[in-house]
Amino acid sequence: MAAVTPLIATSGLKKHFGGLRAVDGVDFSVMPGEVRAVIGPNGAGKTTFVSLICGRIEPTAGTISFDGSDITKLPAHRRVRAGIAYTFQITSVFSNLSAYDNVALAVQRTLTDGRAVGHLREGVMAALSATGLADRLHEIAGSLSYGHQRLLEVAMGLALKPRLLILDEPTQGLSDGEIENFVALVREVAREATVLIIEHNMPVVMALADRITVLDAGKVLAEGAPDEIRADAAVQAAYLGAGA
Amino acid sequence: MSGESSPAKHYGLHAALIALLAVLAFLLPEYHHGVFARVMVLAVFAMGYNLLFGYAGLLSLGHAMFFSAGLYGAGLTMVHLGWGVLPAFAAGLVAGALLSLAIGFLALRTTGVAFMIVTMMFAQVFYLALFYFGSWTRGDEGLVIAQGQRRLSFAGVDLDLTSPVTRYFAALALFSLVLVVTLAVVRSRFGRVLVAIRENEERTRMLGFDAFANKLAATVLSGVICAAAGAAYAILFGYVGATFASIQYSILPLLWVLLGGAATTLGPLVGTLLMFYLIDSSGDLLKAWLPGWNLSSLGIVGVALVLLILFFPKGILGTVRERWVRWLP
Ligand SMILES: Nc1ncnc2c1ncn2[C@@H]1O[C@H](COP(=O)(O)OP(=O)(O)OP(=O)(O)O)[C@@H](O)[C@H]1O
Ligand SMILES: [Mg+2]
Repeated sequence: MAAVTPLIATSGLKKHFGGLRAVDGVDFSVMPGEVRAVIGPNGAGKTTFVSLICGRIEPTAGTISFDGSDITKLPAHRRVRAGIAYTFQITSVFSNLSAYDNVALAVQRTLTDGRAVGHLREGVMAALSATGLADRLHEIAGSLSYGHQRLLEVAMGLALKPRLLILDEPTQGLSDGEIENFVALVREVAREATVLIIEHNMPVVMALADRITVLDAGKVLAEGAPDEIRADAAVQAAYLGAGA
Repeated sequence: MSGESSPAKHYGLHAALIALLAVLAFLLPEYHHGVFARVMVLAVFAMGYNLLFGYAGLLSLGHAMFFSAGLYGAGLTMVHLGWGVLPAFAAGLVAGALLSLAIGFLALRTTGVAFMIVTMMFAQVFYLALFYFGSWTRGDEGLVIAQGQRRLSFAGVDLDLTSPVTRYFAALALFSLVLVVTLAVVRSRFGRVLVAIRENEERTRMLGFDAFANKLAATVLSGVICAAAGAAYAILFGYVGATFASIQYSILPLLWVLLGGAATTLGPLVGTLLMFYLIDSSGDLLKAWLPGWNLSSLGIVGVALVLLILFFPKGILGTVRERWVRWLP
């Protein structure tokens, strides 16, 4: 047994949609404090995999443990309270509510759970400032640009004060300048939380990840430090060669 | 609702409305005085409905059963057990709480159209049960609660709830209480979670909220408020009949709320009041304008509603809020 318990670990994790094996027996673990990138071609099963971790969908087989305890059967909202936050790949904000109210719901949750203290407003403004949205607090989320809605997703994730922050293609739709800020933000977050990031943008992956897991057709194709992954022939064939 | 809450404005506005209704008690002509008493009780029904439909976004077609749970909870205990006003009112509330808890537990496993159908079916079962137990309920014919029983005595005060003025103020007291409770709920964390569930349930769940538990709590609160309206109706107007459990009384609160403005605290009163006078006057208007057409007043209400939904889909106060008074709760 390792000296430190992984923060999140899966064993034999499977999700089948009818005959389609979207996630097909994944053994995976991330140590506390790590920034782990999950990459892979479109349809590799990345979103499905992290959805199993955060509890949005139920696995066909396998187990998931968080900080040493089995959470396979735990409903999603209880996992969030335990410290797993997920930001959606397909932007899912409250489009009719203001940016402020969107984040306030997340802060309200952590205050109720006692995972945060202080005033609602301070928590909301901290998350909005961190994502560069502080001057847009009154804007209705649905009228924000696509990039800003992505950032609002991230702000809600941050406001949940997670121990494990899962980011599903967070830089999609961001400008180069925004991506730069975003990388700095994730570095900041990573000082306190463990980060699991799905990302197609390879420079972002290389800049952030301590380790990289490559998924292909529902299986782990390779795993290692960024340099090892870059050098891996199988990965090049499956992914890097085609994309970046 | 832009993060800034304005408690003084909110509570001030509601207090002003309550004061206005109190003053109207002395100014309204006799007929309208009676109408207002009835409308205030029915507006409580609408407020209960609005909590679930307007704020939590759950469209039930079975709320007649919660109103009737209160109506019969109070009425049956008074008629058959000779209970006084207060215990009978409490019996109505308990009946509404238990029924809404059970129905919520079952029906909230569904969403959307399925939820509408399931709630409608349960209400239909409730309606038919009233006839099955006809020896106690006397079905359509209903029960009349004796005048002498409709008195409230406590701490040396003796109130005759059949007298128009007392009845008006009893209705106003219940209306005011429920209005303030609604406002407090809407402004609370719980209220914001309900709106979040309405807007995007999956997102709400992924923010750590138990959507089912919150919806169940909203259903029970809604059921209890509707039952309070039913119990008050039985006590104040002295009649308990199966019509109140029919599908018509499940659709009416929906229409009142749509007309006044869903998810506005004052919309239910505005909608109920307007609809009452619309039905009341449409009979005469129809005869005057379209003699010989022989349209029913319900027909004109239907037409008015279609026009309203087409041109004011947010209802009267919803439109007012959108265009002019942004801070309206
Ligand atoms: N709810 C579902 N029902 C049926 N099939 C699904 C469902 N969700 C995902 N799939 C399928 O599972 C496979 C994996 O999808 P997933 O979204 O996990 O891939 P991904 O790696 O996140 O892809 P992308 O990079 O495009 O986001 C795809 O073939 C997809 O069509
Ligand atoms: Mg994906």
